[in-house]
Amino acid sequence: MAELGPVLEVLLGGLMSGVLYSLVALGFVLIFKASGVFNFAQGAMVLFAALSLVRLAEWLPFPLALLVTVLIMIAVAWTVERLVLRPLVGQHGLILFMATIGVTFFLDGFGQTIWGSNVYQLDLGIPSTPWFLFESLFPGGILVSPVDVFATVIAGSLVLALSIFFHGTRIGRALRAVADDHQAAQSVGIPLNQIWLIVWSTAGIVALVAGMAWGSKLGVQFSLSLVALKALPVLILGGLTSIPGAIVGGLVVGAGEKLAELYIGPLIGGGIEYWFAYVLALAVLLVRPQGLFGEKIIERV
Amino acid sequence: MIYRETGQFRTSYAEDQAIFRLRQDRAGIAVILAVAWIGIPLLADDYLLRAILVPFLILAVAAIGLNLLLGYCGQISLGTGAFMAIGAYAAYNLALRLPGLPLLLDFFLAGLVAAGIGVLFGLPSVRIKGLYLAVATLAAQFFADWAFLRVGWFTNYTPSGSVTAPPLDIFGWLIDTPLEKYWLCLAFACLTAILAKNLVRSRIGRSWMAIRDMDIAAEIIGIRPTTAKLSAFAVSSFVAGGAGVLWAFVHLGSWEPLAFSIDMSFRLLFMVIIGGMGSILGSFLGAAFITVLPIFLNQAPAMVGIQLSTAMVSHLEFMIFGALIVLFLIWEPHGLARLWQIGKEKMRLWPFPY
Repeated sequence: MAELGPVLEVLLGGLMSGVLYSLVALGFVLIFKASGVFNFAQGAMVLFAALSLVRLAEWLPFPLALLVTVLIMIAVAWTVERLVLRPLVGQHGLILFMATIGVTFFLDGFGQTIWGSNVYQLDLGIPSTPWFLFESLFPGGILVSPVDVFATVIAGSLVLALSIFFHGTRIGRALRAVADDHQAAQSVGIPLNQIWLIVWSTAGIVALVAGMAWGSKLGVQFSLSLVALKALPVLILGGLTSIPGAIVGGLVVGAGEKLAELYIGPLIGGGIEYWFAYVLALAVLLVRPQGLFGEKIIERV
Repeated sequence: MIYRETGQFRTSYAEDQAIFRLRQDRAGIAVILAVAWIGIPLLADDYLLRAILVPFLILAVAAIGLNLLLGYCGQISLGTGAFMAIGAYAAYNLALRLPGLPLLLDFFLAGLVAAGIGVLFGLPSVRIKGLYLAVATLAAQFFADWAFLRVGWFTNYTPSGSVTAPPLDIFGWLIDTPLEKYWLCLAFACLTAILAKNLVRSRIGRSWMAIRDMDIAAEIIGIRPTTAKLSAFAVSSFVAGGAGVLWAFVHLGSWEPLAFSIDMSFRLLFMVIIGGMGSILGSFLGAAFITVLPIFLNQAPAMVGIQLSTAMVSHLEFMIFGALIVLFLIWEPHGLARLWQIGKEKMRLWPFPY
């Protein structure tokens, strides 16, 4: 049994990286809820947003660069909606999923073609020296990275803003209606195309936030795109249609994989962080296919 | 005018059930086989054999494996690379730990190991489907990546993590020149194609297609979804595992886990989509396309006098692959194979279309 201090430190670090997974998972959930598309390209959008921001910030003041990046992400959303989703309306979910894999590859290639493929540093002005908490309680205290704290705060406020948006505004209500039933929503006069554009843009902005958080942690580079692969088990765990699920799933995966690395890792060779989340998700799938918070899937002929 | 069934009457059930019912088709396939077995070995140089044809044939086998699962049974898999890796490492370990094992038996047993693990990771498909299944198969991919990198036993504790295949010795015939390797791969590709073609025309293949088209309806007409799905996983993983052995033993010679990463899985998925889901011919067309395109992209800009950096070429490759996937899904979801079908229909009416 390890000391309590280091365990708490690992747990806290895990929870905070879990928040980062949640940020990516959130983008998936938004789009899946509103359009039934499992958007594999979310990771590519994270990379694209982060790359755009970093390169624009090189010759624009930061707030302006941020604004332009938001516009770029809306343009990307519009293009994807117009060129990929609209021709494929009514197709099987699997076809749409594979189409978004295509979009992933395109965006990865396109982003690196126009913005370059080096590793870029994203400086958000957050101090990089770690903080030590509770030094009076534990010897040496608990080490916390300010970037993680920043990401947690951002993720928290993002979730708050999104739930207000979904439950308190007219557009939010329309979004939920579309998520429930496309045809019924359309027949009461909700413009589907507009709604999808809004959802994809929102997901693009969420991707930008995720890209900022991950980018300042890891540097902006191609591997950001792979973060999406880490977010998939989070989704499965939390349920594809639930925003709180994405958050809780992220926390469970983040904390779980760090603790598993600490306790089980040494027994079987280490590095199990790589697949722990997936095996966890697989186990959940076998017991509860809809995830922790998802809606039960009912099918009829 | 030439490609027409006029005057060819099928007078027995055997003729009616033949794979190639038209004399023209039979002639065509005979020509293709003659070129593949005799013509290419006479004409092709070592580079062509080693760098293009051998990988193409092996990837075609792997694509057939994925196509059986995705195109015929409708179960998506993003873990084909993992099953190839399992086949490759199983063959390596069997050959290492059971000296004197005949090579072909080694290949076969490795395929069985891959099939077993395929069924294990296919188990979730009984309860879940579609997108959820994609994640379950990704789990197979990540787990395999990790296991072959970190668990030393699989790689016989080689410090670098890369392992080398034993010499290819089939009943005393040592396969070491590119031409012999090509023949070996061609034999496997022909065998897989025939077996797969007949499998999908049989009861089991038809039950896969019923599951693909509508699983609940299939269950109602008496098909066991569990048996159908798991058998699809087993056969698909067996073929993928076999392709993995070929890729490792014949094409690479010595390899490390990176050779079967998620890139490989995506590449195979692209082959199936572009070639044609639910088509054996499509697996070959897709494999050819995906193998040749990067080579073409590397050489074409230089031919027209544009110099591109290698990074740029790889980014362009990403973009073109991505765009092609989307375009094919929108315009021709059944891929190149369907285009060929349409061409044949047109040929029947030529030169007097109505």
